[in-house]
This record gives sequence, C-alpha cells and structure tokens, in this order.
Amino acid sequence: MARNPFRSEAEAYRFLLLTVGYFALIVVGASIATWLGVVVFVVLTAAAAFFWIRSRSNEPALRPAVPARETRENERRILVIANETVGGPELREILRRKAADVNERILVVCPALNTQVRTWTSDEDGARSAAQDRLDASLARLRQDGVQASGEVGDGDPLQAIEDAIRTFQPEEIVISTHPEGRSHWLERNVVGAARDRFDLPITHVVVDLQAT
Amino acid sequence: MSAHAEPSTGHHHGPPIANQSSRVSSTVLGMFLFIASEAMLFGAFFTAYFFVRVVNPDAQPWPLPPFHLPVFVAGVNTAVLLTSSFTMHWALQSIKRGNRAGMKAGLVLTLLMGLAFLLTQMLEYARIGFNPSDGAFGTIFFGLTGLHGAHVFVGLTLLSVATIRAFRGHFTPEHHHGVEIPGIYWHFVDVMWIVVYTTIYLL
Repeated sequence: MARNPFRSEAEAYRFLLLTVGYFALIVVGASIATWLGVVVFVVLTAAAAFFWIRSRSNEPALRPAVPARETRENERRILVIANETVGGPELREILRRKAADVNERILVVCPALNTQVRTWTSDEDGARSAAQDRLDASLARLRQDGVQASGEVGDGDPLQAIEDAIRTFQPEEIVISTHPEGRSHWLERNVVGAARDRFDLPITHVVVDLQAT
Repeated sequence: MSAHAEPSTGHHHGPPIANQSSRVSSTVLGMFLFIASEAMLFGAFFTAYFFVRVVNPDAQPWPLPPFHLPVFVAGVNTAVLLTSSFTMHWALQSIKRGNRAGMKAGLVLTLLMGLAFLLTQMLEYARIGFNPSDGAFGTIFFGLTGLHGAHVFVGLTLLSVATIRAFRGHFTPEHHHGVEIPGIYWHFVDVMWIVVYTTIYLL
C-alpha cells in the first residue's frame, strides 16, 4: 500500500515544500533552455520514484495487532460493551456471577456515541467526555460489588469498538448491554445480531431497564 | 434481571452493513479516495490545457497575443498562499504544544491570507482583458484557476469553522482533529496551486 502523503498535517506540509522545490527546479531549468527543463523534470521524477520505492521497502514490518497474551490460571477475559446502561444493576449482577469461581479480567468499553453532524465536524470532545464519566461511575460501582474491571472509551460505532477491543484484549466472551426493545438504538440497528455474525465468540445480551430501577 | 442469548435470524433488510477494513482505516481510505477524485478532476482540466498547447506547436511565446497573463501579480499571490500554509502549520504546532494564542493567531493569519488570495484573483479576473468565451485558452484558463478558486473557498469555509471553534475554547493538545483536517486540506489546495501556477503562468 502506498503511503498517503496527506495522512497528517505535518506530512502534507512536508509534501507541499517538496512540491515547491520540485517545480522551482523545473522552472529554473526551463528558463535556461527548454531541453534542460525537460531533463530536470525527468531526473527529478525518476529520483522521486526511486526514493518512494526505497522508502516503501525500508518501512518496518507491521507490528502484530495483538500483543503477546499473559494468562493466569483459571483466567477468563470478558469484554463488556455498554453505553447508557453501563451502570445498570442487571449488568452488574451478571458480571458478578460470571466473575465467580474464576480469575476474571473484565474490560468495559463505553462507545463515545455522537451525532452525525458532530462526527462530520470532528467535534467529539463532548461525546468522549460524557462516555468517560459514565465509565468511571460504572467501574466504581463494579469495584463496590467486588468485581475488578478496567475500562476505556471506544469508537462511536459499537461494532468497531468491539473489534478494536478484541485486538488488544483478546476476550473469551463478549457481553453487550442494551436498553429494552423499543428504547434501544442498538437493538433497532441490530447491533447484537451483527456482532454475532461478525465475531466468533460467545456473546451474551443483557437487557437493562433503567426505568424499572 | 433479563440476560439471554438471542439466536441469529440471518435476515437483514435494506442495504448490506458497511464493513470496515482492519488494514486501512476508514479515515485514511476516505482521504485516498478524495485525493484520487481530485486528481482526476484537475487531471481532466490539465489534459484539456495541454491539448490546446500541443495542437499549437508553433505558438511562441505562449500564450499567443492578445492573451497576456499577469505573472508578477500571480507570483505575489502565490507567495501569499504559500505563507498561509506556513501559518497553518504554525497554528497546529502551537496547539500541539498547548499554545492557544499561537493557534488562534495562526488560524486568523491563514484565514486573512486565504481571503487576500481569493480577492486578488477576483481583481485579476476583472482586469485580465479576456473572458471565458474568448477561445480555448480563455476557457481553460478560467476553468482551471476557477476550479482552484472554488477549492480555496471551501478551504476558507473549513478554516472559518476551525477559527470560530478555537476562539470558543475548543481544541486541546490531545484533541485537535478540527484543526488538523482543515490543515491537510489547505496544504492540498496549495499543492494544486503550485501545479496550476507553474503550468499556466510560468511554463
């Protein structure tokens, strides 16, 4: 895959400076003699192609996406995806049960849900902040229940958030927590069904009715 | 408590669910596709321009009279646009270091220089002495420079949003995507202008 020169602002700026130098030399050559401008163009283009090909071959090999896993005896890794229901009693109860009799390692991922307009304008600070607040409160409650869990804010797309977490956390099972049918955007978008189709891991769907609590 | 496992129905209505590649992120892929589409758009105009030149091999100097291009004014305008890329880069480097004043100053200067470029180009159009209907060269000249001007206008719109957000207290050293993306676009617009200016005004 060719390296995108517009991957970041700094790379785009560097590319701009190189473009200025490239065309400046061609113009200087052409102002002396037309044939010299053509020669400069050919030489510079060949040099650019040479360095581009060489830089591609010198690129470090891709790092494995999943780091080496350290396992403890009788360990079970559980990935929890939840947003507004992240502190719900039903979810805490099932995590408490799953954590019994095993060395549990739980990662709670809270997707930073955002509006389309804010996503398009890269205005995600508020969404991430709100997700972080919900996550902190949930982790504190889990600790009170005796369940040790870590957490992180994930991608706004719950399926992408699951995929990201699978790569780094390597869970044995996934727990997806949603509102009840009729009040859940995730169920309306069939997030649970799509996750079952996409990921080859046992998936437990927990319905948390916050209005009943 | 209601914890249950739902069987997969296998039924899906509507268009297929978008799949996200694990090798190429959607943002990088989007930027690739954007650059490719822009290259094809400008490439179509450049093809027409070079065709006009190739079918007039004896046209020296280029362009033939009565066409005359204000090379010096356009050169000064090019310097203004290149300087605006520097201030854009400065703005982003500033917010990365937590220097909010530098970011605001950089964005405002970039915006002002972009506006100056666009206004100068409009004045150039008004005084250049020919119009798009004056032969193939006139059509291509206004087509290419106008297409680039439209890109500058879009860049100024993005910069305006970023500047307003900067003055409203948005962006931190960790989160400054809203400055980075307009910055990438602005540099891309500058790269295209270098190609347009060199090709049409200088060579």
